[in-house]
Amino acid sequence: MRVAVVDYGAGNLVSIDQALSRVGADVVIARDRGAIEDADALVVPGVGAAGPAMRRLARSGLLDAIRTWLADDRPYLGICLGLQLLFDGSDEDGTETLGVIEGRTVRLEDAPTLPHIGWNQVDRRRDHPLFDGIPDGADLYFVHSYAGVPRDVSVALATTMHGRQFVSAVARGPILGVQFHPERSGRDGLRLLANFVAIARAGSARTAIQPAGVTA
Amino acid sequence: MLRRRVIPCLDVADGRVVKGTRFVDLVDMGDPADLAERYAADGADEIVFLDIAAAPERRRTLLDVVERTARRAFIPLTVGGGVRSVIDMRDVLRAGADKVSLNTAAVAQPNLIARCADRFGRQAVVVAIDLRRRREADGWEVVIEGGRTPTGLDGVAWAERVVELGAGELLVTSIDRDGTGGGYDVDALWAIRSRVGVPVIASGGASGPDDLIRAIQDGGADAVLAAGMFHRGTHTIGSVKAAMYAAGLDIRTAA
Repeated sequence: MRVAVVDYGAGNLVSIDQALSRVGADVVIARDRGAIEDADALVVPGVGAAGPAMRRLARSGLLDAIRTWLADDRPYLGICLGLQLLFDGSDEDGTETLGVIEGRTVRLEDAPTLPHIGWNQVDRRRDHPLFDGIPDGADLYFVHSYAGVPRDVSVALATTMHGRQFVSAVARGPILGVQFHPERSGRDGLRLLANFVAIARAGSARTAIQPAGVTA
Repeated sequence: MLRRRVIPCLDVADGRVVKGTRFVDLVDMGDPADLAERYAADGADEIVFLDIAAAPERRRTLLDVVERTARRAFIPLTVGGGVRSVIDMRDVLRAGADKVSLNTAAVAQPNLIARCADRFGRQAVVVAIDLRRRREADGWEVVIEGGRTPTGLDGVAWAERVVELGAGELLVTSIDRDGTGGGYDVDALWAIRSRVGVPVIASGGASGPDDLIRAIQDGGADAVLAAGMFHRGTHTIGSVKAAMYAAGLDIRTAA
């Protein structure tokens, strides 16, 4: 099970690499599109603003590869900024993003503190295998000031309260995103990553009859 | 609800955790990654490493420690000590830290805060503020270099300034209380917490759960940091969290 973790120079990849390895994935750190094309699943981590991230992804050629990946409905897990990039655009700097999930990324309103840093409860809105074995209301680790607001609320898997309720996990088919950092969220976070790997594995088993490289 | 955090602090010199009073009589306490993993298993919400040697030629040792720890403790890691440039910060983040704490370098070149926040996001930039209560007047003065050097800066005004520049979190240490076990300087915490919108971590002076509870209830702290009481084993993360929970505070109880 080969999982490509997209590297666009923003920060800490050690913890996501280690956490995915711990749950049995073969991790490839992807700095160009070639590294993505051979993967079974894609993880896009990241913190910070959308604008610099989109520019760095474009420069390395990864942006087109990610767009193709998403258009083909292949297993994707966006973490923090990697989730926010799925929306149409970000109010943080006006950047247009990937547009896979309708809605925009906006600043958390009425928050008692910003950035929203620390462990907070993730309340489930519907059942999904991404959260198998994780208690409803589990504390997971957040570090952000913005969050995506989906137009279609049925994509929301979970919500969290910080001043106001915001969407903390989404799913649209095999395209998944979480606003918290599972790689920094202890045992429950590792469980979520294991679930993602299992979901991707089940998906690749179903599509295994396709010749390799069919989506390239 | 956003939980209040309990953060053990590990002073690191030459790749080992050390304990001492004001940087003298250092005693070896063990391997940083071992200790961090144990604290994480016991319910620590984050780990802070302070590199107290921070000599440039020892840089590689620190980065190795950060990477080994990040591979074993799946909770957030903040690293402070000796970060003086955007490149230093990049190296520490690449090694596996989630946040970097700026102290002396922020006083010497305040724009470093803005440059680091632009590059990595403000959530990754912690500014550590060491305070000494003024004797002749009200308020607190910012001190640097482990409290040896006064700066003339007012603590509250400096806190507001660094938040404007891009600090995403403040680590507020009372140098008067640090190592004394006399409790946090709750007045200083509240003076700052009531003026800024970013989270404030209380540091310096804790000797037991009552101090942690007071820092949150009376000082408004979002997180509490302690070192000696955990390293000595007089209290565990689990035992202080149980006391905080009993006091009605919102804390994370599962490890």
